[in-house]
Amino acid sequence: MFPVEFEYEAPTTVEEAIRLLAESGGEAKILAGGHSLLPMLKLRLAQPPLVIDIGRIAGLSGVSEQDGGLRIGATTTETAIQDSELVQRLCPLLSETAAHIGDQQVRNRGTIGGTLAHGDPAADMTAAVLAAGGSVTVQGPNGERTIPADDLFLDMMTTALEPDEVLTSVWVQTEGPRTGSAYEKFANAASGYAIAGVASVITLAADGTVARARIAITGVGSKATRASGVEAALQGKRADDQTIAAAAEHAVEGVDLIGDLHADESYREHLAKVIARRSIQRAVGRAATKS
Amino acid sequence: MTRIITLRVNGKSYENEVSPRLLLVHYLRDVLGLTGTHIACDTSQCGACTVMFNGESVKSCTMLAVQADGGEVKTVEGLATNGKLHPLQQGFWEKHGLQCGFCTPGMLMSSLNLLQRNPDPTPDEIRHALEGNLCRCTGYQNIVAAVQWAAQEMKAKPAAGVAE
Ligand code: FES
Ligand code: FES
Repeated sequence: MFPVEFEYEAPTTVEEAIRLLAESGGEAKILAGGHSLLPMLKLRLAQPPLVIDIGRIAGLSGVSEQDGGLRIGATTTETAIQDSELVQRLCPLLSETAAHIGDQQVRNRGTIGGTLAHGDPAADMTAAVLAAGGSVTVQGPNGERTIPADDLFLDMMTTALEPDEVLTSVWVQTEGPRTGSAYEKFANAASGYAIAGVASVITLAADGTVARARIAITGVGSKATRASGVEAALQGKRADDQTIAAAAEHAVEGVDLIGDLHADESYREHLAKVIARRSIQRAVGRAATKS
Repeated sequence: MTRIITLRVNGKSYENEVSPRLLLVHYLRDVLGLTGTHIACDTSQCGACTVMFNGESVKSCTMLAVQADGGEVKTVEGLATNGKLHPLQQGFWEKHGLQCGFCTPGMLMSSLNLLQRNPDPTPDEIRHALEGNLCRCTGYQNIVAAVQWAAQEMKAKPAAGVAE
């Protein structure tokens, strides 16, 4: 289907994009890679009067080291994240997760900023950024602010971004020594979206016990969220198979479970526990081999 | 309000006035008459509309023509050079990689993206790379064989895969 007619602007600076957004009274939509927005425009679920394409703003894409982590520009594509030597070396979780998103053509256009600002409850990168202790930088008429990933996702397709703000970059923590990560998902065979996805970042202490666990879950509830029950069950323990399996039982604690024709609530809960167990096992295995 | 876009398609420059809501696939097919790029699902799933944009495969049903302004597009029509089939096209011929042929232009462009990234893919890697392309006829087996054939050919004659 054709989208409803709209005006189109392609500003070359973030300031200009914010001005256009403000002038539209927050009615305009920001376009990055377009892989969330275009399908919505075509289904006419979104009918904005104005589309602001931020794809031509120089400096909004790319990866660099910053403050003990990686700064990733909002319009960096999933393919660029998957291929980035910096990401592979310092935050391999993001690279692994990017490889799971959609398909090759989707990854060539879809952006990290787009997926986070959209807040789809079955997206992959949302869980990865949560587990990587990440945050996003947003810019609005009153300047810039940082939103921790933990506070970003409020509900289905609803984020903490104000209607007049633009997400400009993402920051994630570097995976330090004795730290391993993994993203595991059970995908919807047709769409590739997560029915249950779990991202884990585990740091082991010198004695082999879990010094820090950050686990995030996507696809099962109305938003991606930290699995604090799982994290607490691993903290300070030796991460053997039994402990991991017991911890994974907490996977959907506090999650507002969703059920649909692809998987009802109890099946999603079951999948979440299995996927959590596999994700943690892999992350622990990697942490153990990293000095 | 319409906008003027300027872009190169298969090495040729074009300038057209388009509505912002015009999808790249309709621009290619209806404005330029390049109907080799197909449209099927219209929902970013089937890959029939795959073209190369600035060197990467994209689903042209999920991109606005205005987003392509200033860029470089290659469609299936741009694969052959001087009437000589691209090794991928030859591979689909040799290995019977198509039946009705509807998915083929998209399959070819996705395969081109794959061989750029990985000149020597395993059958498994080919299947993964073609995840975004659906075929209702072949059962995929011969498509995988066709891409392998092309990869061998391009390794043996590196110049063969370079268009223009
Ligand atoms: S027509 Fe574009 S993906 Fe199917
Ligand atoms: S050959 Fe008919 S759809 Fe692929």
